[in-house]
Amino acid sequence: MYTFSNRLKIGSFIAMGLGLIFLAIGFVSAPSTVEEAKAMVVSAHDDGHGGGHAEEAASHDGDQSHGKSTAHGSDEGHDDSHDEHLLHQLQNKPWAALYVAAFFFFMIALGVLAFYAVQRASQAGWSPLLFRVMEGITAYLVPGGIIVFVILVLSVLHMNHMFVWMDADTVAHDKLLQGKAGYLNPTFFLVRAAIFLGGWIFYREYSRKLSLAQDQSDDNTNFVKNFRWSAGFLVFYLITESMMSWDWIMSLDPHWFSTLFGWYIFASMFVSGITVIAMITIYLKSKGYLEDVNDSHIHDLAKFMFGISIFWTYLWFSQFMLIWYANIPEEVTYFVARFQDYKLPFFTMLAMNFIFPLLLLMNSDYKRINWFVVMTGIVLLLGHYLDVFNMVMPATVGDQWSFGLPEMGGILFFGGLFTFWVFNALTKVPLQPKRNPFIEESRQFHY
Amino acid sequence: MASKVIQALYTDDDVLMHAVKKVRAAHHHIEEVYTPFPVHGLDKAMGLEDTRIAITSFMYGCLGLAVAIVMMNYIMIEDWPQDIGGKPSFSYLENMPAFVPIMFEMTVFFAAHLMVITFYLRSRMWPFKKAENPDKRTTDDHFLMEIGLHDNEKELTDLLWETGAVEINVTEKDS
Repeated sequence: MYTFSNRLKIGSFIAMGLGLIFLAIGFVSAPSTVEEAKAMVVSAHDDGHGGGHAEEAASHDGDQSHGKSTAHGSDEGHDDSHDEHLLHQLQNKPWAALYVAAFFFFMIALGVLAFYAVQRASQAGWSPLLFRVMEGITAYLVPGGIIVFVILVLSVLHMNHMFVWMDADTVAHDKLLQGKAGYLNPTFFLVRAAIFLGGWIFYREYSRKLSLAQDQSDDNTNFVKNFRWSAGFLVFYLITESMMSWDWIMSLDPHWFSTLFGWYIFASMFVSGITVIAMITIYLKSKGYLEDVNDSHIHDLAKFMFGISIFWTYLWFSQFMLIWYANIPEEVTYFVARFQDYKLPFFTMLAMNFIFPLLLLMNSDYKRINWFVVMTGIVLLLGHYLDVFNMVMPATVGDQWSFGLPEMGGILFFGGLFTFWVFNALTKVPLQPKRNPFIEESRQFHY
Repeated sequence: MASKVIQALYTDDDVLMHAVKKVRAAHHHIEEVYTPFPVHGLDKAMGLEDTRIAITSFMYGCLGLAVAIVMMNYIMIEDWPQDIGGKPSFSYLENMPAFVPIMFEMTVFFAAHLMVITFYLRSRMWPFKKAENPDKRTTDDHFLMEIGLHDNEKELTDLLWETGAVEINVTEKDS
């Protein structure tokens, strides 16, 4: 049995507390009026450029008050909508920071669930030793899924402006969004989200139940049942994951669409999930809890990290290159926005998610060195956080992005919650399954 | 120069593995083992060094990548930078996404083919090569271990019978 180390528990509480404070600061300091928003942008520019823009901004303000009384009516209207847009972007900042982190940690648990189902359905002989670790990580699906769902409900309730298509006023002036309203309408959106989450959580809980029942029973019926449910779940998962990616991420840019987006999100969550499995396995082993796990298991996980990283890059490039090559205006704006305003996170992410694992995990010996796998894993996880960041931020906060307290707070809070929930779940049952038909093969596994 | 070798035949890979370990423990140098299929762990039991062919493959891949970059840069950017469908041929980096498929394929092509050729060279394999098979049965269901003889025929024969050999021959071998 695993006992939750006190230091880790306190650490996760501290992270959660700090995260909450940072997020609260983010929400409190978000502007509530157009004037505040403008003042914030001006002062931000002051910080950056030594006050050079202050005068310009002031004269701009003067122009505006002047415009009200004279004939600049149409210009004024345009200015107003621009200012409103700026206000919404700044108001979105803490929400987007919250959403990116909430989705990132949720997607890790979901990726692990998919990996777990694949291991069950393919009857892999090496992995049963790690099933309890995976089940521990997927325990986060319940709180993580509920939090993401609550954020989506709050968005529907107009607490933020992350999903522009939820705003009836915007849709009324937008032919494209009207055309999509059959799919992108708040009620159907929430119903779909509930179905996705319900299905995933149901499979997780039921498979866990069967997995634990298998330890107690004297035949393999639970194992066979679990095999069938896992195969069924994978079909359900592939469809719902794809739709989830359209709903929760792609609809942030409701004018844009990409057909392989679902796969792209899948690759991101799959590789993050596998990385977390490897890191938690190495941690538990270093504490002496997983005696039968050997270097070959770590080697296999590292191979998956390596391979799926390249798969992710393949999908990223396929999406990018097809759009760049054809250069159709309605598609290419997506990448234009990212190239202009997100150069640093965009290219850093590519290096972290592709070049780093490619060069570090290619050597077969390195995949067996635990600290090497952990180090690559940390870079991969940060890289995939940036990936989600790059998908969400340009649509919600645009060029007003920064990496400050709310963003860090999101990572800290959800990281703490994730750690607490996962390691708490790991204490519930013995870390090694007893009666899995493949457990002996897994114990003897060597590569 | 012709030298004498002793050849022990086995019919089971497990027995062979144990025999190899025993012979090595007795400090005899095993010159060669002939098997009809790869025996897992035999190289470790014989104490053979790890192959370095993966390292050569990595270097060939780098070479292929370099060839692709230099080629595309010369043809598309330096030699005749045409405007083809509005693609930006001002610098390599600007038009790079269009070259990536070629860069990738060239990397794989060089890595794979040059590695295979390296393998053939190092293993001395070519179309009209005379087969070096000491006993035809080793391609079907027999395993053969070959040890050089240095006036210790009796001692070696006894040892090999003990390890479960089904047949032992002493032959002259041209080297």
